[in-house]
Amino acid sequence: MNLEKLENELVEALRLAATSLPKDVQEFLEKAYEKETNPVGKAQLKAILDNVFYAREKKLPMCQDTGIQTFFVVAGYDFPHLKQIPKIIEKAVIRATKEVPLRPNTVHPFLEKNPGDNTGRFIPYINWSFVEGSELKIYCLPKGGGSENMSTLAMLPPGKGLKGIKEFVVEHVYKMGGKPCPPTILGIGIGGGADIAMSLGKKAILRKLGERHPEDFVAKFELEILEAVNKLGIGPMGLGGDTTVLDVHVEYAHRHPASLPVGIVVQCWADRRAVVKVGEDGNVEVMQ
Amino acid sequence: MNITLPISEEEVRKLKAGDVIYITGKIFLARDAAHKKLLSLSDEEVPINPKEMAMYHCGPVVKKEGNEWKVVSAGPTTSARMEIFEYEFIKRFRVPIIIGKGGMGERTQKALMEFGAVYTAYTGGAGALAAKAIKRVVDVYFLDELGMPEAVWVFEVENFGPLTVAMDSHGNNLYKDVQDKAAKRKEEILTSL
Repeated sequence: MNLEKLENELVEALRLAATSLPKDVQEFLEKAYEKETNPVGKAQLKAILDNVFYAREKKLPMCQDTGIQTFFVVAGYDFPHLKQIPKIIEKAVIRATKEVPLRPNTVHPFLEKNPGDNTGRFIPYINWSFVEGSELKIYCLPKGGGSENMSTLAMLPPGKGLKGIKEFVVEHVYKMGGKPCPPTILGIGIGGGADIAMSLGKKAILRKLGERHPEDFVAKFELEILEAVNKLGIGPMGLGGDTTVLDVHVEYAHRHPASLPVGIVVQCWADRRAVVKVGEDGNVEVMQ
Repeated sequence: MNITLPISEEEVRKLKAGDVIYITGKIFLARDAAHKKLLSLSDEEVPINPKEMAMYHCGPVVKKEGNEWKVVSAGPTTSARMEIFEYEFIKRFRVPIIIGKGGMGERTQKALMEFGAVYTAYTGGAGALAAKAIKRVVDVYFLDELGMPEAVWVFEVENFGPLTVAMDSHGNNLYKDVQDKAAKRKEEILTSL
């Protein structure tokens, strides 16, 4: 297969993610705008939608915080070029930073230096998972700092159960107010351990809006949380309104008998994603 | 409502929480590092006159085309981080209008009341729309020292908005109103879970 083409398509995927909001998110924002009863909230949603259309038309980053470039790679065990993938991703990030352009967002935590190209120690960060076959999928999730700062973890006493999880989420959405740029999307990871719950929460963000968890009891739990948090009335940008959260996605792992870890990963309305798929025939495709 | 800068204290005090305004004139950008930097300088060293502008909490994406800077995307950043500087900043520089997102705390509210200023909310993430209203990059200071997102950029803007006056000089705070109501609703929600 043509590895140069993969790099080019990855640059295009990063451009697409930064400049063009996925259609499912846009539709949810449009629905929220139509049914909003608070004039201040409605004006905020109008500005968000105007911005989305203008950014797509002019191919401009919809938000100046173009995020830390994060990748989820789902690789077939038989994909032939695994070894080259990290380098290709890094090169694509450096190019996209110049070409789109993206804001240089990587800062050394000790030396406070910014290399200016969105790379650094462990960044771009790659989450790997492996499946049967020889295909490759690279999910791009450029995520802004404002919403990431609102992500949180609770190690609940298991006795609190599902009701305890709901209470934790409602309290947290209340506490966040307008800070994560609502209307937001919540990725909630339950079980595993502290790191696993956070990681599941982040993976949950990759799911399309409106797509429910395949197990009915989890799907029902997602909708119950969504209904509860939207009763708070925090609204778009925390200025008041009916839609505070667009959707809730839950993923879970089995837990230790003594632990009930709950990770909440918060995504702003600019829920930017893109996928690059390499087929068995080596054909490269960018999707959203 | 359209506002042309500079604006007098008397005019600023007429603005009320809930008003929607559009700004024309000069604005300067300041995030955490720029607040720290400007406050560390002597009056002679401060390169701008904040009193005649609006201050925007923003770290933009800017690119150079030939000799000119062009703004690509420039939405607001979370204002709460600047709470530790803002009272001092408003007191010293008398900046009349602050633009940001997410609202600020009690010390900033106190400064708005004492010195006659307002905090306005611009839609978070609306970076492309903001860039559309920025007509020109007038200047940039401390770019090498602070980097692109943290430097003090001066922009000329035309009908920059919509900006919702969220905290006014009379002590009104939209965010606080919303949170107070949400606190009551939260108790109802938690009992019904």
